[in-house]
Amino acid sequence: MGEVIVVTSGKGGVGKTTSTANIGAALAINGKKVALVDTDIGLRNLDVVLGLENRIVYDIVDVVEGVCRTKQAFIKDKRFENLCLLPAAQTRDKNAVNTEQMKALCAELKEEFDYVIIDCPAGIEQGFKNAIAGADRAIVVTTPEVSAVRDADRIIGLLEANEIGNTKLLVNRLRIDMVKKGDMMTIDDILDILGIELIGVVPDDEDIIISTNRGEPAASDMKSRAGQAYRNIAKRITGEEVPIMDLEESAGFVATLKKIFGMK
Amino acid sequence: MDIFSLFRRNKTASKDTAKERLQLVLIHDRANVSPEFLEMLKGEILEVISKHIEINQNEFDIQLTQTVSEDGKRKVPALVANIPIKQKKQ
Repeated sequence: MGEVIVVTSGKGGVGKTTSTANIGAALAINGKKVALVDTDIGLRNLDVVLGLENRIVYDIVDVVEGVCRTKQAFIKDKRFENLCLLPAAQTRDKNAVNTEQMKALCAELKEEFDYVIIDCPAGIEQGFKNAIAGADRAIVVTTPEVSAVRDADRIIGLLEANEIGNTKLLVNRLRIDMVKKGDMMTIDDILDILGIELIGVVPDDEDIIISTNRGEPAASDMKSRAGQAYRNIAKRITGEEVPIMDLEESAGFVATLKKIFGMK
Repeated sequence: MDIFSLFRRNKTASKDTAKERLQLVLIHDRANVSPEFLEMLKGEILEVISKHIEINQNEFDIQLTQTVSEDGKRKVPALVANIPIKQKKQ
């Protein structure tokens, strides 16, 4: 019996889809059977981030409406044999799926996969309610900015109200150079405010933009720092204890030199 | 630390401002209390108390803040009112 994990944030643009893709890829690399489900109906993007946009035939709405069988709608990722994507519909709206249908779908997928990772739309309306309906636990993504942290707090409250326990925080796009200058909230500041446990910290990394341009998750790039952060998060999800990586050390020699001369 | 930070010592780090502002706004978000609601509450409290004691209306202040729960583990919202008394009504 697998586990359903929803990746959510409240605010848009903090990296839910990127995190979903990379956590999924990292879990699959570790040999877990993973289903990624895009619930952002009308604004689907998990397919392009994964580079699977040209292979879509059916989508989540087709599945819940019985147009096709669940298996037919899944796209198998050829690079990661354990990874599958159930895309969102692009020409429908959030009300095309209801919470009961999502619960049933999640229950079905749990039978087959080790992890079902749900990419939640931004906002707190129907799309959010659907995305969390069948979830066993949640990962809340935030960035170290007031707007994202405020929205994360609201989402944490809503997850509690919906009796989803074991919610963990993923802090995305941390810039250690700004943290050191006192111009960005630290991980401890954010944890202090939100009062939940940390599952990982992903540094702000150009590799993410480059890998997204190519449709290849950074998690499969062994040289990428953000990719390493996501691989660590995947291990923590499976219960392994991995220390939070030292972001400074991994900044590299050139970056350190630049910092000494105040160029960064 | 880089060279530039030496020249900015006197200014509060912007991340501290961010944290303080966030903590304040979250107290209101979490308790679901709007400034209008607080004003209404203030008005009604004033009305009740004024029946019995004369109070300094200008300095009457009511705020939503945070306090530590009885078990000392959680932060919980609390209403704090400061009501200066002029004199007891005869």
